[in-house]
Amino acid sequence: MEMAPQFFRQGPSLLARLVFFVLLSLLLMAVDTRFKYLFEIRQAFAVVIHPLQQLANVPATIYDTISEFFVSRQLADENVHLKHQYLADRGQLQQLRGLEAENAQLRKLLEAAQRLESKAVMAEILRVPRDPFSRKVILDKGSQSGIQPGQVVVDDVGVVGQITRNYPWLSEVTLITDKDHSVPVQVVRNGLRSVVSGTGRDGTLELRYLAMNMDIREGDMLVTSGIDGVYPPGLPVAVVSKIERNPTYVFAQVTCTPAAGVGHHRQLLILSLLAPAMENPPEAIEERPKSRKGEKIGVR
Amino acid sequence: MAFANYPKQEILLPVKGSFIVLSLIMALFLNLLPLKGVVLSLWPDFVALVVLYWCINQPQRVGMSTAFAMGLLMDIGNASTFGQHALAYVIMAFAALVFHRRLLVFGFLKQAPQIGLMLLIGQSVLLLTGLLDGSHFPGWNFFFASATGTLLWPLLSSLLRIPQRPRSDSDALS
Repeated sequence: MEMAPQFFRQGPSLLARLVFFVLLSLLLMAVDTRFKYLFEIRQAFAVVIHPLQQLANVPATIYDTISEFFVSRQLADENVHLKHQYLADRGQLQQLRGLEAENAQLRKLLEAAQRLESKAVMAEILRVPRDPFSRKVILDKGSQSGIQPGQVVVDDVGVVGQITRNYPWLSEVTLITDKDHSVPVQVVRNGLRSVVSGTGRDGTLELRYLAMNMDIREGDMLVTSGIDGVYPPGLPVAVVSKIERNPTYVFAQVTCTPAAGVGHHRQLLILSLLAPAMENPPEAIEERPKSRKGEKIGVR
Repeated sequence: MAFANYPKQEILLPVKGSFIVLSLIMALFLNLLPLKGVVLSLWPDFVALVVLYWCINQPQRVGMSTAFAMGLLMDIGNASTFGQHALAYVIMAFAALVFHRRLLVFGFLKQAPQIGLMLLIGQSVLLLTGLLDGSHFPGWNFFFASATGTLLWPLLSSLLRIPQRPRSDSDALS
């Protein structure tokens, strides 16, 4: 067979190449959403892109430094205010310490499982991706700082989300407003347990599958119930903002507003993973990470 | 004159490979800038624009494989599904490669609407894959990025053309 000269050789036709790449990307997407095999490949690409991400963050850092320089006078006022606040909080903390000790003593007496103190790592939001389809933020701490998938991220008001992917120097947080994310919660007022799910829209969560006659009101505070073993109990999650009891539906439509705001702060706290509670049998501990599908707590 | 309607064609210098790589890295940098709110929704997809530019002007060197690799990098940077941007960029690059001879007849200003159509196709692919993954429709302002990308095209392509301009020779007769 005669080969065409170098100049005329163009490789496979355009259409063939298109079909190849389209199939390849469809395959990648399917594998990435359904299975979690692409971890190493993602890591490799992340190493390539990491210096660029750091570099892209430089203008924002410079802006912050300059604006910090100008707000130093406000800082003096804030400092005075904070000192007062500190003294006041200090007093309360003393009381709390006393209560904590008493509580521990009582729990010991009752031989109840001790609530574990969770340690926290502070991290900064590096950037908010421009993807309109998922609610994620990228933090500046990764597996080098001991961050693992599954850790809970909070701010000073409440739950922000959960670490779903970690890279050596970065980690991705799926916010509680993400459409695939659910948090087991409890109504503070009456202890009603449910699961709050994200909607994919900013600032909206919903309680699905609540029967019409459930005792829930607008303004009810939802906190984590802790029964999942992922979220420590008692963290504020959301406030019920709207309830529609439409008789054409089986369930009431309950819309909530998340307590924490990611748009407000750059600093977030990453809580350490909860150790499995003592009363769990060993096989349950073994089984747990698999049932979590490696990342999100899937309550379906 | 029969040829009066055609734009004056310059004879360009060859492109350096390093310049292509540099422009792609710069585009990635611009896409990764941490932005918020209105600016973010108006921020054009620089990687798509630069990939389209090179697909049209250097189809032998930049093609679908480059588009695919850039798409994967964007997916990591964007924390989106692996392969989503890659698919969109490959389809855009295909359109650009099919039409590159026709597009080169036009000046940058007249190319802009056609480039806009390609950007729109790319964004529609992104939207479609997002919707198939179970997302909500993000709102029509999602497509603003295509509009700003179209407006930016003449400027961006003239900028990318600068290193190829023939330098005026001081010894030349004027």
